Amino acid sequence: MPQNAENVLDHFNLFRQPEYIELFERKKKEFENHVADSEVERVKDWAKTKEYQDKNFAREALTVNPAKACQPLGAVFASLGFESTIPFVHGSQGCVAYYRSHFSRHFKEPTSCVSSSMTEDAAVFGGLNNMIDGLANTYNMYKPKMISVSTTCMAEVIGDDLNAFIKTSKDKGSVPMEYDVPFAHTPAFVGSHVTGYDNVMKGIVDHFWNGKAGTAPKLERVPNEKINFIGGFDGYVVGNIREVKRMFDSMGVEYTILGDPSDVWDTPTDGEFRMYDGGTTLEDAANAIHAKATFSMQHFSTEKTLPLIAASGQDTYSFHHPIGVRGTDEFLMKVSEVTGKPISKELTKERGRLVDAIADSSAHLHGKRYAIYGDPDLCYGLSAFLLELGAEPITVLASNGGKLWEEKMNALFASSPFGKNCKCYPGKDLWHMRSLLFTEPVDFLIGNTYGKYLERDTGTPLLRIGFPIFDRHHYHRYPVWGYQGGLNVLVWLLDKVFEETDRNTIVPAKSDYSFDIIR
Amino acid sequence: MSLAQPESIEDIKARNKALIKEVLEVYPEKTAKRRAKHLNTFEDGKPDCGVKSNIKSIPGVMTIRGCAYAGSKGVVWGPIKDMIHISHGPVGCGQYSWASRRNYYIGTTGIDTFVTMQFTSDFQEKDIVFGGDKKLAKLIDEIQELFPLNKGISVQSECPIGLIGDDIEAVSKAKTKEYNGHTIVPVRCEGFRGVSQSLGHHLANDAIRDWVFDKMEGKPALFEPTPYDVAIIGDYNIGGDAWSSRILLEEMGLRVVAQWSGDGTIAELEATPRAKLNVLHCYRSMNYISRHMEEKYGVPWVEYNFFGPSKIEESLRKIASHFDDKIKEGAERVIAKYRPLMDAVIAKYRPRLEGKKVMLFVGGLRPRHVIGAYEDLGMEIVGTGYEFGHNDDYQRTTHYVKDGTLIYDDVTGYEFEKFVEKIQPDLVGSGIKEKYVFQKMGVPFRQMHSWDYSGPYHGYDGFAIFARDMDMAINSPVWKFAKAPWAA
Repeated sequence: MPQNAENVLDHFNLFRQPEYIELFERKKKEFENHVADSEVERVKDWAKTKEYQDKNFAREALTVNPAKACQPLGAVFASLGFESTIPFVHGSQGCVAYYRSHFSRHFKEPTSCVSSSMTEDAAVFGGLNNMIDGLANTYNMYKPKMISVSTTCMAEVIGDDLNAFIKTSKDKGSVPMEYDVPFAHTPAFVGSHVTGYDNVMKGIVDHFWNGKAGTAPKLERVPNEKINFIGGFDGYVVGNIREVKRMFDSMGVEYTILGDPSDVWDTPTDGEFRMYDGGTTLEDAANAIHAKATFSMQHFSTEKTLPLIAASGQDTYSFHHPIGVRGTDEFLMKVSEVTGKPISKELTKERGRLVDAIADSSAHLHGKRYAIYGDPDLCYGLSAFLLELGAEPITVLASNGGKLWEEKMNALFASSPFGKNCKCYPGKDLWHMRSLLFTEPVDFLIGNTYGKYLERDTGTPLLRIGFPIFDRHHYHRYPVWGYQGGLNVLVWLLDKVFEETDRNTIVPAKSDYSFDIIR
Repeated sequence: MSLAQPESIEDIKARNKALIKEVLEVYPEKTAKRRAKHLNTFEDGKPDCGVKSNIKSIPGVMTIRGCAYAGSKGVVWGPIKDMIHISHGPVGCGQYSWASRRNYYIGTTGIDTFVTMQFTSDFQEKDIVFGGDKKLAKLIDEIQELFPLNKGISVQSECPIGLIGDDIEAVSKAKTKEYNGHTIVPVRCEGFRGVSQSLGHHLANDAIRDWVFDKMEGKPALFEPTPYDVAIIGDYNIGGDAWSSRILLEEMGLRVVAQWSGDGTIAELEATPRAKLNVLHCYRSMNYISRHMEEKYGVPWVEYNFFGPSKIEESLRKIASHFDDKIKEGAERVIAKYRPLMDAVIAKYRPRLEGKKVMLFVGGLRPRHVIGAYEDLGMEIVGTGYEFGHNDDYQRTTHYVKDGTLIYDDVTGYEFEKFVEKIQPDLVGSGIKEKYVFQKMGVPFRQMHSWDYSGPYHGYDGFAIFARDMDMAINSPVWKFAKAPWAA
């Protein structure tokens, strides 16, 4: 009997007891019709070869372990950044269960979102009735200030027209005529979650600035001194947005964060469930038209939103998830230039502290070889920081990266002597990455939780930075932007190096002469 | 916020009635009328729980339900480890269901085992316009080249597949022929079909019938049959549940020839019609295929419940009753062997949990099956309901619940929150989407789909973990901090 009341064994240890080991062997031998172990070893070794890699890269139809999700996920993310707003997904309900689970697993927070629960009849007759009833139910039950509508692949395939459906729903009295129901078509078979973020952000901006779907006059821009800030789809949104606000406040910049879910994904445990918390007020969203300029922290997350904003007469600036010294410098200098507010002494001092930390530590990172995967902007920001640390982002892969991203990555590599051997892979997946890790080994891998399978199979230590991170807690509470964020990332990079160094030197009487107390 | 707790059954029933009335008030009239049918209080002696079930969810409410794809790929097919399951359609569904259900298995992932991987046809706009059949055919070729040790492939349809009229059956047939009878199974589990994941279970069962069973006639058996051959049906091996169940069946002298579908293989699926008895844990998801095997192959099936010592004992005896004295004695031997462990677990944890009230809302069997395990620890279930149960589930629930239990079918986020706020249970057991809502309210919570990443909970070994976990949740020091000492 392996179990014991005094020392209850979890699955980690329970199934390593002899009773269970025998059970597994018996099952395999008698009933699984398993492939011979030698054959498994042969294929395992073959999958590490260049020959396998060539076949793997010749794939045209199959995608294995992609590092991207679908548009509707990003749509929900963007909607949740507005005050008392509920995302309403027009399509079948299972999708919404997936988005809510996905965000809850990453942020360890509730995520509120409804759907129009379309089934077979809606597939045949269209989902208009689902929209009419659904908006009325959501409005009555959850009393939101705004319902932000997006779609799934189902609604897109059958061609439901959101603009017309929302108008008809209002005519039928589901919600008041002047009630805010911005919308965006977000088909799951186009782009990825960052595209969905972009489409919804554009939809919301367009709604408030361009006549609220015909229920109000278009806003006239009366320029003021404020700037707008859009973060983009970002797994670190809780820590990052707060850091950005702190930096702006320190400079005395007047700003509007367009899309701020940092509070709704970080509510306290104090006896109350807050379905809504924080977020950009609807008034601020409308008034954002008057701003001097709009800053996007992620170019590829706002490719369509920025041109719409620019059309109002504002200047727009985009970055690539700036991480580290130069990225933050460029961001702050541009903010300072546009607003006329000098970069504060406090921030200048913080910058010096980050440089100090890099000077103290970069010897441990110098020449280290990295593989990185994730969203295009994050990949860029991380690569840029590694290059300024004297490390080498050898392999950089974005399943949702395109031609423009490839060009920008190549220009980044060309800008540094450490970028000489680096290569980027747009449109590839983590099974491609697996081949690359075998044929062109690196010292460390940076990516989301799914990278743990690559760590296991290839032995490349994984540093978790990205989205989603399910198997480590609370990373999202720390910023990666700004000098403080750069310091966080630097510490994570160093910790991984030191952990590996210790692990490699720990064997007594063999390697522990290097098991140093001072590093 | 805490309310005076009702004393008598009559008080409880009156409170539940008032609560149901209150939650319905927020809805528009038409919706309130529809939701009213799904909320009730169990009355002793009634043949079911008095609620309607397996009906479409209402648009615009926060239903906890998933879809047919989740039922087929996520639950039934996904855990079959030596097959590759293609999420056929856009990238999202496969991504969100990727390795999120903890169906434990043993194998070399990516080489002869594939459960924690995401294979998708990643549909683009052109696939919607021109159809995805050619892409599927090519994709199967690529799988055969890159993953030569796979024992089969399933095609799990996402929403667009049915809408654009792709013929995945024709592709599967052609490719099966091309690859010398390789098992390739098309499953029409598009997410818009049916009202919940439940239809996906059914469709997945039907696909096993049509594309595995019906095609294996003439294939030789892999083993010599014995009179004691059984198959575990409807255990997904969450955190190793099926293993901690299997060990008991083997100890009582039975031979488990297959596990469905946790840690399962295609060979085990094919072996099952040769079993002497199918033992069925999750009735909701696999009664269909069990009934089919009874009709076509004459294999009887019996439901069992391996949560908590009372139900385990009952179930071991029930399973043994289908066999001879050797097995009956074996069951008694197993019960006797584990009794000291169970006594020790209960002696340790019952004093810490006695009298605690629990509200549940889970999938297809747990809203009833886990009740006995809580009762073994002296705890009481005051409310329960199914995400996707059918009327026969609510009939079966009457054997488990007490008079006056609040019943809520396909509960909406709003209703569940209100019920918990007013009833103030000591523990809520539900899923990830509900977990943080209740924890924010200061109510201890356990995820009863995934065992909160713990487990197993099945079998005697599992019960020790279950008891410890409930104690850990309820008696965690954190709940004392929820209110700041200076807050009123």
